[in-house]
Amino acid sequence: MQRRDFLSLAAAGGGAVFASGLAGCANLGGSAKDFYFVQLSDTHWGYEGPANPDAKVTLKKAVAAVNALPEAPDFIVFTGDLTHTTDDPAERRRRLAGFKEIVADLKVKPVYFMPGEHDASLDNGTAFKEFFGDTRYSFDHKGVHFVAVDNVSDFGARIGEDQLAWLRADLAKLDRNQPIVVLTHRPLFDLEPKWDWATRDGAAALQILMPYANVTVLYGHIHQENHRMTGHIAHHSAKSLIFALPAPGSQDKRTPLPWDASAPYKGLGWREVEAEGAPREIRLTEFPVVRA
Amino acid sequence: MTRTIDRRGLLGQAAALAAGAFIVRAKAGPRTVELVARRFRYEPNEIALEAGEPVLVLIRSLDFVHGMNIPALGKRLDLLPGRVAQLELRPAEPGVIDFLCDNFCGDGHEEMHGRFVVT
Repeated sequence: MQRRDFLSLAAAGGGAVFASGLAGCANLGGSAKDFYFVQLSDTHWGYEGPANPDAKVTLKKAVAAVNALPEAPDFIVFTGDLTHTTDDPAERRRRLAGFKEIVADLKVKPVYFMPGEHDASLDNGTAFKEFFGDTRYSFDHKGVHFVAVDNVSDFGARIGEDQLAWLRADLAKLDRNQPIVVLTHRPLFDLEPKWDWATRDGAAALQILMPYANVTVLYGHIHQENHRMTGHIAHHSAKSLIFALPAPGSQDKRTPLPWDASAPYKGLGWREVEAEGAPREIRLTEFPVVRA
Repeated sequence: MTRTIDRRGLLGQAAALAAGAFIVRAKAGPRTVELVARRFRYEPNEIALEAGEPVLVLIRSLDFVHGMNIPALGKRLDLLPGRVAQLELRPAEPGVIDFLCDNFCGDGHEEMHGRFVVT
């Protein structure tokens, strides 16, 4: 069975394939081999509340689901809010340690971690770095350049001049047609400023990215899928693994959607991201926490 | 415009003070409204304004460098504890103007909202 066939089956069996062909992410050209990776986001380990009475097992079930994939991904990424925030530095570390222990059960390595504001904003990323290393980094995989941008260690959601300079230098070595995937937590564009769904200096990062022809941004923060273009740059937010949030601007406050006991984990999930074909396409396949 | 303070006005001021807002009616200059920001709320979190009326909003933060972002007006402030931030407003027309804390301040940050209600 070809992978494309498997994805079709996955879509029929509970997954949902996001239509590829978005301008800006439909042409990851190149001759490198096809591959796919898994994106998980906003696990909020340590959260306790009515929006997810099953919080202590949701992440573990997602780990089991990823481990059960019939074809292993090349790697896994977590795009922030690994833990739910706390004022207590010792408790923050206990939550980071608890999260790390659970995801250590993922069979596939490597696993790349990014912080969210819940992990990093109250201590400028200090505890996060103790457990997971730097909050900004880049790597290359089969012809795609991945770059992780930290827009949460600053409590004001600034990437900052220093990191922007680093980003500019990191990209400078690339051909302008090199496929680039940006991993970050908050949207780099003003998705819904009245809900703080933005990055204060995100426009500066997008300006740096604009000269590159093939850029896709994968992020979290808003606990739901959202697909948007800024120019030729494609932005795709991921579902959460703790609770869903309302559609951008659909109500006064961004309060979690209530838990539906008749449909546990409704609105939650994780995704596969596939770079396939020549010229390449990015294909997103959404999966629920627990597969039927 | 000169406004006189009568008993009803004093009672209104007393009620506003109890709610955490000072309303000063001076003989000249804009009306002044005082806000307090603390984790995870603004006090008061709803402020009545009149369209066309110039207002000076004075904001004090008690416990964190909260933000005050007013997306509809394209304005934002950092609220440093120990300082009084000032915001001049003159709403053009009736409506609701939302504001929020945009500096992540902890578990409850997402609830830190307020609004100006302009009549």
